[in-house]
Amino acid sequence: MRRVIPHPGLSVLLALVWLLMANSLSFGALLIGIIIGVLLPLFTAPFWPRRPDVRFRYGIPYVLLVLWDVVIANFEVAAIILFRRNRDLHPQWLVIPLELDTPEAITVFAGTISLTPGTVSTDVSACGKYLLVHALDAADPEAEIARIKQRYEARLKKVFA
Amino acid sequence: MIQPGLLAEILTSLLIVIGAIFALVGSWGLVRLPTLMERLHGPTKATTLGLGGILLGSVAYFQLAQGVWSAQELLVSIFLFITAPISANMIAKVHLHGVRLKDADGIEGPAGLPPKSPGKGDWATYEAPHRDTPVATSEE
Repeated sequence: MRRVIPHPGLSVLLALVWLLMANSLSFGALLIGIIIGVLLPLFTAPFWPRRPDVRFRYGIPYVLLVLWDVVIANFEVAAIILFRRNRDLHPQWLVIPLELDTPEAITVFAGTISLTPGTVSTDVSACGKYLLVHALDAADPEAEIARIKQRYEARLKKVFA
Repeated sequence: MIQPGLLAEILTSLLIVIGAIFALVGSWGLVRLPTLMERLHGPTKATTLGLGGILLGSVAYFQLAQGVWSAQELLVSIFLFITAPISANMIAKVHLHGVRLKDADGIEGPAGLPPKSPGKGDWATYEAPHRDTPVATSEE
């Protein structure tokens, strides 16, 4: 099974993306989607020597949480842009110590930080243990770091276990 | 009695207007925030909901006015969610170089200079990622 479908999650994702691109649920589109979903991972498997196990049972609630936070983030950032004077703003650099230890998990974590309230991830340290994050308005950097770690990193540790 | 067609039009236009407002606020943030790192926050966030609203409007239009389900919009938003943090990260990395070189683009923001990495070595923009770490870019 692993030989034929080396990356089941990727196969399903590719088939879904194809169906979305074709924008139809016809038999033909489904067939091409399945063919792409089987063939592409076969050819690209050598590029993924180590694959993290994604636990969808934690992954799907995580995606929903992030989507909700993105909506909230939009309102918060919009309020700051519209109603806060520049001199009342407290932009800060945050250094977040990482507990995640796979490249995929760190990438998802950094992407989440960029999409959610008032923070943009800027860089990762060369030793892979710290993340440099710019916060638009953080009066209390320590509390902000603790919130990000507890809200996202703790959940991501379960997703990429 | 309101006709169903009118209701569909109201819903569609409402979603598009909400999306457009958020896109406008994001662009306004780009203009009025003090320096580059603050300005990055507008386009990465306010525009995701802006585009999201407009895409939802598009789904609603095709479903209510044309009677077909359209899901391509979902794909657009997925690509946006993947690309927005990456482009923001690239711009931020260029800013880190600018700050170190003290050139015209590297104006220090109100947050001050970025702190040094507390671990061994510096940030990955300044120094190649170390081997045998999760950020390593080569295997050997």
